[in-house]
Amino acid sequence: MALKIPPKKTPMKEQPPEERRKNFFEVALGYTPEEAIAEAQRCLTCPTKPCVKGCPVHIDIPTFIKHIKQGDFQGAIDTIKLYNNLPAACGRVCPQENQCESQCVVGRIPGSEPVAIGRLERFVADWEAEQGEVKLPEIKEKKGKKVAVVGAGPSGLTAAADLAKLGYDVTVFEAFHKPGGVLVYGIPEFRLPKKIVEREVEYIKKLGVKIVTNAVVGKTIPVDELLNEYDAVFIGVGAGAPKFIGVPGTNLNGVYSASEFLTRVNLMKAYLFPEYDTPVTVGKKVAVIGAGNTAMDAARTALRAGAEKVMIVYRRTEKEMPARLEEYHHAVEEGVEFHWLRQPIEYVGDENGNVIGVKCAVMKLGKPDDSGRRRPVPTGEEDFLEADMVIEAVGQQAQRILLDEFPQLERNKWGYIEADLETGATSVKGVFAGGDIVTGAATVIEAMGAGKKAAKAIDRYLSGEWNPWND
Amino acid sequence: MAHKIVRKRKLAHLVHEFVIEAPLIAEHAKPGHFIVVRIHEKGERIPLTIADTYKDDGTFKMIVRAVGKSTYELCMMKEEDELLDVVGPLGKPSEIENYGRVLLIGGGVGIATLHPIAKALYEAGNEIYSILGGRSKEYVIMEEDFKKYGEVLVTTDDGSYGMKGLVTDGMEHLVKEKSLNFDVAWAVGPTVMMKFAAFKGKELGIPKMWVSLNPIMVDGTGMCGACRVTVGGEIKFACVDGPEFDGYQVEWDEIIRRMNQYKEREKIALERFLEKVGDVSWL
Repeated sequence: MALKIPPKKTPMKEQPPEERRKNFFEVALGYTPEEAIAEAQRCLTCPTKPCVKGCPVHIDIPTFIKHIKQGDFQGAIDTIKLYNNLPAACGRVCPQENQCESQCVVGRIPGSEPVAIGRLERFVADWEAEQGEVKLPEIKEKKGKKVAVVGAGPSGLTAAADLAKLGYDVTVFEAFHKPGGVLVYGIPEFRLPKKIVEREVEYIKKLGVKIVTNAVVGKTIPVDELLNEYDAVFIGVGAGAPKFIGVPGTNLNGVYSASEFLTRVNLMKAYLFPEYDTPVTVGKKVAVIGAGNTAMDAARTALRAGAEKVMIVYRRTEKEMPARLEEYHHAVEEGVEFHWLRQPIEYVGDENGNVIGVKCAVMKLGKPDDSGRRRPVPTGEEDFLEADMVIEAVGQQAQRILLDEFPQLERNKWGYIEADLETGATSVKGVFAGGDIVTGAATVIEAMGAGKKAAKAIDRYLSGEWNPWND
Repeated sequence: MAHKIVRKRKLAHLVHEFVIEAPLIAEHAKPGHFIVVRIHEKGERIPLTIADTYKDDGTFKMIVRAVGKSTYELCMMKEEDELLDVVGPLGKPSEIENYGRVLLIGGGVGIATLHPIAKALYEAGNEIYSILGGRSKEYVIMEEDFKKYGEVLVTTDDGSYGMKGLVTDGMEHLVKEKSLNFDVAWAVGPTVMMKFAAFKGKELGIPKMWVSLNPIMVDGTGMCGACRVTVGGEIKFACVDGPEFDGYQVEWDEIIRRMNQYKEREKIALERFLEKVGDVSWL
């Protein structure tokens, strides 16, 4: 059989860089039905389904794509939703190149790109929303058991939705005034419109999940109360707390954590100040420290909020950069500058305590470190980058409020919750955990995978099939 | 869930007392805790303090001074109106124990924050002296409440009530003229007042002084780091490590500088709001 597969993914329309760098509208515009069908036809429907192994929530990818080929978009989204409760978000923000698409057989053909699985997932999720009525899956008979979920981010919402479908009474407690976690405070509007997050949260509510906002577990609701009132608890509070490098000048005016900058802009809509009350002051020259996805988000957000020049400052090189290639390319197209092999050693301020620049050590790459990436070592030279705003995006650490109030819960050496990665079971009976609060900062889909596994384990525990606490 | 304003009254020009329906906060708040309020969908998250809690009614009291757009808007709300979001109690509670003789220094609406602390310290068996300071008579709030727990010395900037002068003059008076030794002190009020109270406390040999910091915050739950302050040479987040810190260790000039970061924006927002709402001299 002669196969004629177009070597390249069907392109997805995007806002042109010179236009989009000035607005907060979504960059990628999605497929038309014709484009989706054309792309679906690139799929070989491999019987071994290697792509599924690359997906943390094991979506039956060849089957959903087969439905698209046949023009049965409802069948496609129904298939996805058996596995994934947040498809419109995942289709947009999953690093498919490291997951499903990295396993795609088409992608192994020399000169050929893998099937655009993420784009197809996004297409059918958006298609269903456009139809108006979102179909609800089968919800099992009520079991009469209560589960509390702490945190309405990707892992918590996933665990909650799966447990609701299994017939449990699920209440999600969210500290913020809006559910969604990193999907609402972290990922910018131009990459994941907040309307889409709202839509996915609405779907989860329709499954019967109760979401209580402004509820800080450990403070508004004491941990003991939760343990007494619920048959099981899932903790998915995220990594949450910003890390600072801690160089001199960290507390100068104009130095931000990426979390603060992005929360102001995304959750509080500071880009619409003064229509919205929360302000943000964006500098003319902005230095973003770090080169992960959060750094790209912060840099591109700063551009849109009016910065004239945005620089990414990173101690290694393009090759070791943790950001998704797609995000990096978007940032380059939009005019973000990259300063490689620069490690900030001091933020310099003026006499009023406002930041005016970043003093950097010039680095070179040495031998590989524990992460397998070549370690940056100082050359002895220094460099100075002028900047009136600095945004540190160098990672996060364990969210503190809940953990401070829950000392019985064992932690690992990094301060995250010690939990079984297959089940989410923690050291405390009936308490499960997953997502960034267990693994440290990772991806949305990995957190969702953890929520899914925990939901299964909670079901087995509550139905008496399994009890890792052996009592 | 929206939170109803059950009662509201004006205490002084631009200073208003609210009783808010929030059963979980009423039940769990301890002295020293704070809350975050958002008035409406376009509102910012405003950190405020708790003046008292009423467990049986499921309500708490807060006293707010209108200084910026959001607090003006809040103070213009009426009884039966609802606040969109109230979250808390947040922060670490005050360290209440029987210290012996305690000095409490309150300025402006900071007096309200100090009130639950005074009550708890009194119940823990401490002998309490309070200095309540205000610009003029009208701004000295809750005097009767504090009198229940011990002796009260009032200071006013203009001398319209009590002793003419600042709270630091009151401190000097109690320590030097009345020859009182204090085992610990709390100072809560405008940041500049707390700074000078801490300097004075150190000078007068008061062994320790707690202050309640109110830097700019966004989430109030340790997620953003906007509220970072330097205490004893280390960076702390006021929302989760505080808001109370050892006043002798706080880098005061830094926090005062950081609090001014949004001054221009705050001014724009307030001017624009006042233009829209017209005359607010009644507030």
